[in-house]
Amino acid sequence: MIPLSGDIADTKGIIKEKIGSYSIKRGTSTLKRGFAHMLKNGVVMDVTTVEQAQIAEDAGAVSVMVLDKLPSDVRKAGGVARTASIRIIEEIMGAVTIPVMAKCRIGHVYEAMVLQETNVDMIDESEVLTPADEFRHIWKWDFTTPFVNGARSLGEALRRIEEGAAMIRTKGEPGTGNVAEAVTHIKNVNNELRKIKSIYDSGDEQDLVSAAREMKVSYSLVEETASLGRLPVVNFAAGGISTPADAAYLMTLGCDGIFVGSGVFKAEDAKERAQAIVLATTFWEDPDKVKEAQKMIDERQSMLGLDTKNLELRMQERGSTA
Amino acid sequence: MSGLNIGVLAVQGDVAENIMATKMAMEELGIEGIVNEIKNPEQISDLDGLIIPGGESTVIGTLSLVNGSLKKIKEKIASGMPVFGICAGLILLSKKAKDRVVGEMDQPLLDFLDVKIERNAFGRQRDSFESEISMEKIGVPKFPGVFIRAPSIIETGRNVEIISKFNEKIIAVKQEKILGTSFHPELTDDLSLHKYFVNLVKEKN
Repeated sequence: MIPLSGDIADTKGIIKEKIGSYSIKRGTSTLKRGFAHMLKNGVVMDVTTVEQAQIAEDAGAVSVMVLDKLPSDVRKAGGVARTASIRIIEEIMGAVTIPVMAKCRIGHVYEAMVLQETNVDMIDESEVLTPADEFRHIWKWDFTTPFVNGARSLGEALRRIEEGAAMIRTKGEPGTGNVAEAVTHIKNVNNELRKIKSIYDSGDEQDLVSAAREMKVSYSLVEETASLGRLPVVNFAAGGISTPADAAYLMTLGCDGIFVGSGVFKAEDAKERAQAIVLATTFWEDPDKVKEAQKMIDERQSMLGLDTKNLELRMQERGSTA
Repeated sequence: MSGLNIGVLAVQGDVAENIMATKMAMEELGIEGIVNEIKNPEQISDLDGLIIPGGESTVIGTLSLVNGSLKKIKEKIASGMPVFGICAGLILLSKKAKDRVVGEMDQPLLDFLDVKIERNAFGRQRDSFESEISMEKIGVPKFPGVFIRAPSIIETGRNVEIISKFNEKIIAVKQEKILGTSFHPELTDDLSLHKYFVNLVKEKN
């Protein structure tokens, strides 16, 4: 069971007001983390147009993520990658009933404010875009809209949660069509979780304090995480997922759901592939159903992909030391 | 009868939270039984009660249609099995749903609960809210309401009992053994609604 309380203080993001005679609160941890809980076992798909968003919704995507360019095109284009056009985000919000997310640059507080005013359902402070601040991420407690952040390790995930992220995803290596880095990242997180859980179970508080110092996060968050033996927020896989089998494999590693970036709309069989990845994510425990899903796609139509060893740009390294 | 068999439809959404809440409710009530994730249609025939959890109604509906669960659930509800639909689950139980912005929807529904639903009735995620609500009709005067992109009920048929309203919007209903809420009791520590449902299942058996 994932805890829902996590507010560090009475933050700016929490809004208290009245509806009729009712006193209400918006932007609490329960609401932000609870939103992520509703996405569990689902697939969030990157889209750049209304048509793609509708294909994603029809295929059974649990949410869409709006970008200006798909990650593999960001990689090709070079230059500075920024948040998507507000007009396109609004068009998509008016066309689909599922939640709509959008990306902002790491540390770019005002891009995030603009997305919050646009009323997107979740903001991804993403390494796919060019970072705006090399040293600090956004202080997400100040927002009413929930955030998702990428992480390659437990320390990175906990630092983002401490800043107010309501959901975590692996970084993987975006836009490569290569799932290897996402696999490494979730395995790293799992190994480190096992390690702090065993320290917690042994009752060695001093060792747990050292772990907190190494990861540069507060002791209380490390203690809470260690006692749970998992991240205290929903954790999805992202980065390089291209096929139903990729998605199902990451689900077996303990991910709560899947983000697909370029994998769907950079393939020649986007419609079938979108459906197939949703089916494989839902029924990942049943190899026969995943086989049926894999059969829906044609490997000759998968995106070509890139070897992650020889990349000029490693997006995953952005913001990882902060 | 050795104990109740309650299932939580496990296609997509917050399944684990409902399993936990139902188990705790049964324990507090001293009622014996099991609570399981329902992943395939074969598991449905043995159930005494079913919870359809929060999530995305389009996703849960479409995938339940694909694997044949939707048809099985319909048969079981028709034979009198109690069912509790939460948020997306409420939408799936209804006869008709429209979206506040997008309009009339053509999504797979179970077509039992004689209500018309407005999806995202309170707005998008930023408008999601917590507020104390009341369900006097079922003996719960105070309840922590957690509304996440919540739907509301805009029309009710003759057999539908309104259990709660929030600022004139209908947020909880009951029709015989079918219970539906637009808010998320499984995200709170209050087990009143899960207890109420477990008792509904017990009465039936």
